[in-house]
This record gives sequence, structure tokens and C-alpha cells, in this order.
Amino acid sequence: MKIQMLALGVLMLSAFSVDAQRYFTREGEVDFYSEAPLEKIEAHNNSATSVLDISSGKLEFAVLIKAFQFEKALMQEHFNENYMESDEFPKSVFKGNIDNPEAVKWDTDGTYPVNVSGKLTIHGVTNDVSTTGEITIENGQISAHSVFVVAVADYDIEIPAVVRENIAKEVEIRVDVDYQELKK
Amino acid sequence: MFFHPSMTRFFRPLCLMCFILLVGTGLQAQEDDDLLSLLEEEPTIDYTTAAFKTNRVINLHSIENTSKGVLDFKISHRFGFLNGGFYELFGLDNASIRLGLDYGITDQLQIGWGRSSYEKTYDGYLKWKFLRQSSGARKMPFSAAFFASTAIQTLKWPNPDRENLFTSRMYYTMQLILGSKINDNFSLQISPTVVHRNLVATAAEANDVYALAFAGRVKITNRLAINAEYIYALPNQLAPDFRNSISIGVDLETGGHVFQLHFTNSTSMIEKGFIAETVGNWADGGVHFGFNVSRVFTVVKPKFD
Repeated sequence: MKIQMLALGVLMLSAFSVDAQRYFTREGEVDFYSEAPLEKIEAHNNSATSVLDISSGKLEFAVLIKAFQFEKALMQEHFNENYMESDEFPKSVFKGNIDNPEAVKWDTDGTYPVNVSGKLTIHGVTNDVSTTGEITIENGQISAHSVFVVAVADYDIEIPAVVRENIAKEVEIRVDVDYQELKK
Repeated sequence: MFFHPSMTRFFRPLCLMCFILLVGTGLQAQEDDDLLSLLEEEPTIDYTTAAFKTNRVINLHSIENTSKGVLDFKISHRFGFLNGGFYELFGLDNASIRLGLDYGITDQLQIGWGRSSYEKTYDGYLKWKFLRQSSGARKMPFSAAFFASTAIQTLKWPNPDRENLFTSRMYYTMQLILGSKINDNFSLQISPTVVHRNLVATAAEANDVYALAFAGRVKITNRLAINAEYIYALPNQLAPDFRNSISIGVDLETGGHVFQLHFTNSTSMIEKGFIAETVGNWADGGVHFGFNVSRVFTVVKPKFD
């Protein structure tokens, strides 16, 4: 009977320890860069939320569009008002997977290249995307880094003719997050 | 017999536990479909932006401020009255101009300076947006700003022989701007205003002029909006040929510029002028075509936290 109780205990523990395999952040950095003939556009957001499940490799991100900070205030206003229409589409979301989670030794320090794919929603338009990234483990701390490019036109964002020389058709997005364990 | 009879005593609860665990993990698997829902939403205050495209409606100050560290260079023109006819090329032969600079000390405190050709007047002002419209964690249905300006007219004294005081050249305006972006496409503001004039032409005119200014914007597309304003001066304060100021125009936005093109019966582009000295009559073509062009420069770059 004692053995059975012990087995039960172990079973229960292992069931609840699933929670410990999820990691999150509310301070993820998402920046974007674009270079057009007349203007370099750059914006920073350091309040991205993300949850990573290391057992399944599932990965999700959400960023508040209004939290992107620009060097030029007018650019920020136009970004929200004219291009992203952030009152209507306040968030951008990525839901996807690390396609090769077995490539990462979650308990060993190191930098592991990963492939990530999923659905990216910007400006209310969802597209399948895939990219590469890096997972870094340092003293048990998990951080993730990725750089990828999106085409503005894929997300129904119109660039009017008058500013065509100011706004690039492709935007580079850089993601940098440090995860914390999600305790529930 | 698979089990010793004594084992069934433990087997039944074990089955139950297994069932509970299965259900438990099943639930967890469902949660997996939306990892982000594991995080509680943090309430944030969402401040309303861009109720108007720029810090002016047409002549009036809008509820919008110039952002921190931004210098806004404004060139404003009012051509002559349309009823000048073909001889005056419908007013295009004459122009009244104001050159101005607006600067944002903070996102909510703005100062400005300008020089108008109309009566060779210098003006300086301060605009403090002390309440911001917001939704989310703090709900506030409107924004409010306090506006104060001083204008100094520098025409040569018409009668240099009498004792002329410098203070006679001075005018003051105080205004409370209450504005709301009612929805994405429609913004409205009301501004109770008082204009103080140290010296007026006749005893019939009041030194303190009380007025109520109304302004609105209808957004047609992301880059085009229609603005209108009407300023009602309370009766028995102004000269007999005075008219209330009525203006209508469009805002056109092209990247770093905002062009405002409009028709107005006011000649002056500063408060003491367009509120208290408007004489044009819309009914007989006493209307100016005019424009404001705004170009912004980022003087102090913001620090990102």
C-alpha cells in the first residue's frame, strides 16, 4: 500500500510539474527597422508578452501596437492612425511552434538554433510565417532571439504614392525576450 | 482472479485518481491552445490620440499639442476677400501672413511664438493640456487644455502727438479648450474664451470680450479631414460692423507636412483678431481663401526606456 501511495504521489507530482515547463515574459523587446531612399524608420517596443511551453515547443507573442516608440512623434502618430489603425487593431499576435524543440537542451547552457513557424497577425491579417531563431540557456535562464522580414503589403497596409520614397516595402523585425518561469 | 481481494480496496481509489489526473491533463492540453490566456491582461491606460491632425483647427487652437521635443514651423496665409472680384484676382493679389513656431516642452505643455503681418502683431502663447481623454484602465470622455496668449501690435501710432502708452498695444486671451474624439471619424471641441484689450477705439466696445468657440472635424480618409469652426461672441461687446467668425476647410496630410486649406471670414490668424475683429460677411463674399502649412522637426530625440 505504501508503494502504491508513493507511486500515486509521483504520478501527481509529474502531472503538476507540467506547469513548470512554461515560461513567460511581459517585457519582451520587439523592434522594427526599415530603410527607404528618403527615410529610415525605426521603432521600439519593450512590453511584448510571450509564453513558451518547452515541452511542446509552443510559442506565442502579443504586442500592443500603441506601445511602439518612434524617434519622431509625428511618425508614431501616423503609424498608429494611418498605417496600423491601432484603434481598430490594437494588437499583433504570433502563435506558433518551435519546429525542432528536441534540438534545445533546456537544462544545459548554450545557444541553440531553432526553426519557428506559425501564424502572424498584423493589422487584422493573418499569414503563415516561418523563420529561424536562437534559444540561449544561461544559468537556467531561457532567452530567445529572432530576426525576420515581413512585407507591408502582405498585411493590407497601404503606402500612398506620395510617401513611396519614404517608406520601405519590407520591414525587418527583431525579437529579444528573456523568459521567466510561469508559476500557476 | 487477476487481483488479490485485498487489492481492490486500493484499486478503486487509484482508478479514480487516474481518472482525475487524465481529466486534469486533458484540461491542460486545452489550455495549450492559447498560451497567452495563461497571463492575465495587465490593465493599461489607452490615451486617445489625434482628435485633430494638427494643433490648429483652422484659426482656433485644437485640443492637440505638439509632442515633446518637436518644433512645428507654421506658415499661414489669408488671401484678400473673394468679393474683390477679378480686379483683385479674387483676393489673390493681397495676402496676410503669420509665421509661427510651436514647441512641445512636454507632451502636454506647448509654447509658441508668431508674427502676423496684420497690424504688425507679435504673439506668444502657452497651451497646457491638463486632462487627456482615455479609455482602458482610466476612462475619461474628453480632454481639456488651458490656453493663454499675449499679442503686441506694433503699428506706428496714428497720433504721435498725444501721450501713447505701450500697454495700449497689448491684448490678452484666455481660453479653456474642451475636446473629445467622439469616434475615429468625428471630433468636437468647445472653447469658452475671453479676450482682453487694453485699449479699444470707442467707448461702445468692451475691453473684455466673451466668446464661445465651437470646432469640429470629420475624417474622410486616413489622410483627409474636413474641419469647421464657429465663434460666437456675446452681443453688445464689439463694433457695429463686427461679424462672428465662420471657417471651413480641409486637412491634407503628406508625411511630414499637414496642409490646411480653408475659407474664412476672419483676416487675422490670432485670437484677439479673429475673435474680436472679424468683419468679413459670408453672405456677400467677404471670405478669404487661405492655408496653413505645418512642418515638424524633431529637435530633442526621445529617450526610450
